[in-house]
Parts: sequence; C-alpha cells; structure tokens
Amino acid sequence: MSAVLISLLVIFTQLSLLAFGGGNTILPEMQRQVVEVHQWMSNADFGALFALSQAAPGPNLMIVTLVGWHVAGWQGALVTSIAKFGPSSLLTAVALGLWERFKDKPWRRVVQAGIFPMTAGLMAASAALITEASVHSWVLGAIAALVALVTSLSRVHPLWMLLVGALIGLTGIGQP
Amino acid sequence: MSAAHRPPDADPSPPTCWALFTGFLWLGMSAFGGALPLARHMVVEKNGWLSSEGFTELLGLCQFLPGGNIINMSVALGMKFRGPRGAFAALMGLIAAPSLIVISLGVVYQRYADDPRIQHLFAGLAAAAAGLLISMAVKIALPLRGNWAGIAVALACFVCIAVLRLPLLPTMLVLTPLSILLTWRRMR
Repeated sequence: MSAVLISLLVIFTQLSLLAFGGGNTILPEMQRQVVEVHQWMSNADFGALFALSQAAPGPNLMIVTLVGWHVAGWQGALVTSIAKFGPSSLLTAVALGLWERFKDKPWRRVVQAGIFPMTAGLMAASAALITEASVHSWVLGAIAALVALVTSLSRVHPLWMLLVGALIGLTGIGQP
Repeated sequence: MSAAHRPPDADPSPPTCWALFTGFLWLGMSAFGGALPLARHMVVEKNGWLSSEGFTELLGLCQFLPGGNIINMSVALGMKFRGPRGAFAALMGLIAAPSLIVISLGVVYQRYADDPRIQHLFAGLAAAAAGLLISMAVKIALPLRGNWAGIAVALACFVCIAVLRLPLLPTMLVLTPLSILLTWRRMR
C-alpha cells in the first residue's frame, strides 16, 4: 500500500470515530486534512466535491468516497470508504448488545445532551468553511443566501434547490 | 448465521440478508438530502421490520454513536436480524449505488473541468449546497436558545475549528468533557 493510501486510511479512520452528531460535523477536519495538511486538492475542488456528493442520492457522507477517488482513484475510494464506514459500523454492531443496558441510564442522557452543543458548533463551522470554499463571486453568494433562506423557511425539497443553483450558475451571470 | 441456527422463539419472519441488501439498496438510491424520513418509511411501513417505537429506539442508539445515522441504522438492523453477515449486507446495499453514482459525477466533473459552462454549472451547484448546509446549521442550533452554557460551548467549538483551524481531535477532547460537565450541572 502506498504512502498516500495509508494516510487516507489513518485520516478517515479517525474521522469515522469522531463523527458524533451525524456526518457533516467532520467536514471541517476532512477539509483541513486533505486541503491544508496534505494539499491533495484546492479549497474550491473540495467545495465542488461536497456539492457533487449532495447532488447524488444516499447517505450524506458520500463525499468520503469522492475524496478518496479524487486523491488515489479506485483504490483511494475503496480505502476511504472502508476507513470511514468500517470503524463506526463495528462500534454500532458491538454497542447494539449493550444499548439495552445503558439506554435508560441517567449518564446516557447527560452525555448525549452534552455532545449536542459540539454538534451545533461543528455544523456552523462546516457551513462557514464550505461557504468560504464555494462562494467566490456575488452571484454565488446570492445563490447560497437564497437557498439558505428558502430551505430555512419552507419545506421545499433540497434537490430542487440544487437544481435551481446549478441552472443560475449555468447562465454564467456574474461569474468570470 | 443462517435461519436454522436461530432460537425457535425468535421473530417468525426476520428479513433475510438479501432482503436487507435490497431494502437498503432501494433506500440508498432514492434518498436525496436527508434519508431519515424515507428510512422510517422503508423499515416500518413498507417492510414491517420494526414497529414505529422500535425504530425510534434504534435511531436513539444510531444518533448516540459516531457515524452517519442511516449508516449506523443499516448496520444495527442487519446485526439485529442476521448478525455480522446481515450488517454487512445492509451496509453494502446502502452505499453500493450511491458510491457508483457519486464517482460517475466525479468523472464528469473532472472530464469537463475545462469547459466554462460546466464550471459555471458546478459553481452554482456548490453555492446551493453551501446554502443547504447553512440552513441545516441554523436548524440544528435553534434548540440551544436559552441554554447559555451550550451556546458558549458551541461558539468556542466554532472558533477553534472554523477560525483557528485547530485539529478536531484535541478540540473535542477538551471541549466535549467540559460540555458534558456543564450539561450535568444544568440538568441536576
């Protein structure tokens, strides 16, 4: 296994075990590792890969597979997928038998409620960093603001908003 | 683990590995932007694998542990009915199609990266995806209203990660126990 694959394995195993509060909370660390530390891609590329993963069906962390593929082809996609989905899945399989014993314990509620502010902070960080990576002209800022506003105030399906964003983008208005 | 080895008092018709695989394959292909409502529909109403209460309880475990909720749900359900093989079947069903689709999109993106129209299209898509993430972050933060300790932790976490760009592991090792301690004092 090459050094790149080993790095991917280590990074995504760690992300797998730190992904409390769902998938998107680990986006900032993923970006830090692949853009800043290892410089495998530009910040704009990372934003684009995130957008692609949102346009595809499935669980919301398909960017993991895409990052692996972008960095090291099929082998990379395989390594990041195994590293990201393996450890947390093993933990789930093991915890399933223990859950009956600890789900009603008071400490379980305290821990879960205690993790929640971290999830909120990490989600805000994700939103800020992905916006920074994806918005580099006024029209893109307008698209992001429009989508944020509409999806906050209504229950319109996210896929429609992605389509609207892509179509506004396609017109090329306000873009270099 | 085959059906013959299951204790006789087990559920009369637990889903087979194949049923788990195809059930989650359907979910993986049809879930766009938030799979949770669809997952409940597939597991409870369509296939009757769990009661509504059973689903909510299992979801509690999946939200407690690290990892995507639906990913954990596929593993927990497969494990519950068919052991490790069932967990593997359900997980593979869930991520097989999305992996191929997302890589196909990646191929298109890379091949046409020099075409300005495609660049514009993907730029608009990326901006819209950022907008979705902003509204998601707002919705998640709303329940913190009035919880000043929680807001302080969330802000500290935001500054560490988004402004100072500190690594996630040390940030979590410091802030999470602090947050749990503050929550414990608040809930007492």
